[in-house]
Amino acid sequence: MTEFAQSLRDRFALVTDGPIRLLREAAFARFAKLGLPTTQDEEWKYTSLAQLGQLRFEPAAETTVHEIDRWTLVDCAARLVFVNGRYRPELSLRAPDGAFIGSLRAVLAERPELVLRELARHADWQREALTTLNTAFIEDGAFIHLPAGAVLQAPIHLLYVSTAPGKPTLSQPRNLIVAGAGSQATVVETYAGLSDEVYFTNAVTEVVLGENARLDHYKLQEESGRAFHIALTQVHHGRDSRFTSHSVALGAALARNEVRALFASEGSECTLNGLYMATGKQHLDNRTLIDHKSPRCTSRELYKGVLDGQSRGVFSGRVLVRQDAQKTDASQTNKNLLLSDDAVVDTKPQLEIFADDVKCAHGAAVGQLDDNALFYLRSRGIGQEAARSLLTYAFASEMVNLVPLGPLRARVRDLVTSKLPAFERLKEAA
Amino acid sequence: MTRTEPMLSVKDLHANVGGKEILRGIDLEVGAGEVHAIMGPNGSGKSTFAQVLAGRETFEVTKGEVLYQGKDLLALSPEERAVAGIFMAFQYPVEIPGVGNLYFLRTALNALRKRRGEEELDAMDFLALAKEKMKLVAMDQSFTGRSVNEGFSGGEKKRNEIFQMAVLDPRLAILDETDSGLDIDALRIVAAGVNSLRSKDRAMIVITHYQRLLEYIVPDRVHVMSNGRIVRSGGRELALELEQKGYAPVEKRQEAAP
Repeated sequence: MTEFAQSLRDRFALVTDGPIRLLREAAFARFAKLGLPTTQDEEWKYTSLAQLGQLRFEPAAETTVHEIDRWTLVDCAARLVFVNGRYRPELSLRAPDGAFIGSLRAVLAERPELVLRELARHADWQREALTTLNTAFIEDGAFIHLPAGAVLQAPIHLLYVSTAPGKPTLSQPRNLIVAGAGSQATVVETYAGLSDEVYFTNAVTEVVLGENARLDHYKLQEESGRAFHIALTQVHHGRDSRFTSHSVALGAALARNEVRALFASEGSECTLNGLYMATGKQHLDNRTLIDHKSPRCTSRELYKGVLDGQSRGVFSGRVLVRQDAQKTDASQTNKNLLLSDDAVVDTKPQLEIFADDVKCAHGAAVGQLDDNALFYLRSRGIGQEAARSLLTYAFASEMVNLVPLGPLRARVRDLVTSKLPAFERLKEAA
Repeated sequence: MTRTEPMLSVKDLHANVGGKEILRGIDLEVGAGEVHAIMGPNGSGKSTFAQVLAGRETFEVTKGEVLYQGKDLLALSPEERAVAGIFMAFQYPVEIPGVGNLYFLRTALNALRKRRGEEELDAMDFLALAKEKMKLVAMDQSFTGRSVNEGFSGGEKKRNEIFQMAVLDPRLAILDETDSGLDIDALRIVAAGVNSLRSKDRAMIVITHYQRLLEYIVPDRVHVMSNGRIVRSGGRELALELEQKGYAPVEKRQEAAP
């Protein structure tokens, strides 16, 4: 067993009863064998967990917070708030009838049969060490079950707040979203930190889409500046289903966001949009895998990165078109804007095609702000820093505009502008 | 400052880009209320001159001086020049997706007002001003909802430049090939907008390759640039002469000069 695993075993109780005891034990045994990945692993070549591996994490205190207004959304169908990974009913707003939206811990205790058919069946806990780690300590998170035909107009907001005064803490939310045939919903996951402390969020969300189901998924990563954040969203597409992901990664010292979609059946569509904006010494890693296992599926992927200071960005996107996946239509684009000489991005788009009747395209670009455009703005009296912010916003705005018009787009726009210096009023822009 | 001192005085201006000398000794004086046209063949340095006046840092000024309202213009950043009242209408206006056209212009105007110690305009007052100025270049309401120059036709971009000029109300306006890419109708609209902005307090430098624009914007003086210098200056009739004879004679004359 690695030292890191041993330290977790010593500090974190493995729940020894309940319906998923065997799963947790198996996962822990697996993690003890795997250990944390190193940069020797191809999948972790650009992102080092060495620093994280040195830390000895404590279980996060069971506590609550008082100020969540800055993260909440108006007009949501339901809001589940988790503090240090645990559900806080007093901060949450319960769901309307017609869908089950609640804490995983509660449903495991009360009606485990609702969960067990799908939980840990999609995210690969055998090989992906961080997923394994999360699975070993499954305790709480969100469980959303949309019955067949349920249509929720307003978003379901899942808010994960960490507060870690003192020692570094670890919380591992585990979420499961099961969308029945023909159902439709929007889910927003927000990850945020209350204070500038060291903590580690390791989240896994499994999404299971029934026939013709449609889910719009937003992930807003606003962790504290010293936090570690690793998250996987694993999507299982039933026939003719549609999934759209908007990942906005702005916070954390080191973060990795991974989205994986599997086309298990024909006729589905998957759209992955991502924006990452790093400053200082931030390290933001984005990883996607779209597995075209079935014919007649469409995937669209656009990730944009803005890297300033001495930050580092990573994009690694893999589109796998298997032999049977005829009539696949896949496109993948990654564009990066480097704002300083010291910022670095590693971009690795990968297209692997084993079928012959397909339409696939991919591309990656790395550029800088256009001198002529900067001059244009400055010649109109806009100062250099504000001009840079405005042009950076222009680059990022494509991602903002992919969010349907409404409060969510306004929120994403505010998040983006909050990351830009000298343009406090930019939020009025679009 | 005496009454006769020009608004802009350029003396022996030299400028390089990437070690290559583009401007090779420009002398020019422009007084308030005057409109000067600068003509010349492609590559003569017209656009470089415009951009050097507006503060483009790509060009390195190696010699000479530029006094604007009696002060050293070359010491100012592009944004400081804008505050001082200089405006350049770009030959190729830049597209800024995601940033509303009016929002952009209000930001620019308020940046200027703030630095000049004037009160900033709120959205309502600005909208009233913008609507009034839009009429000058026959811009309709649809412009207000669009991003800066994004998806604009060539003519729309040029009209937008003149609209910006009208709102920002500069003392010295430099129009860099504002006529390029315009059909005759768009040219008329743009020229009418420019003419409506002529005033005794404002000077204009109109850079163009073709005489055609000068039928609509009638200049007080015409200068011909060739190979980084002004080689001839005259009245409006000089433009007509160039139209008839082309640039070859002036270029030849320059070659013959010592």
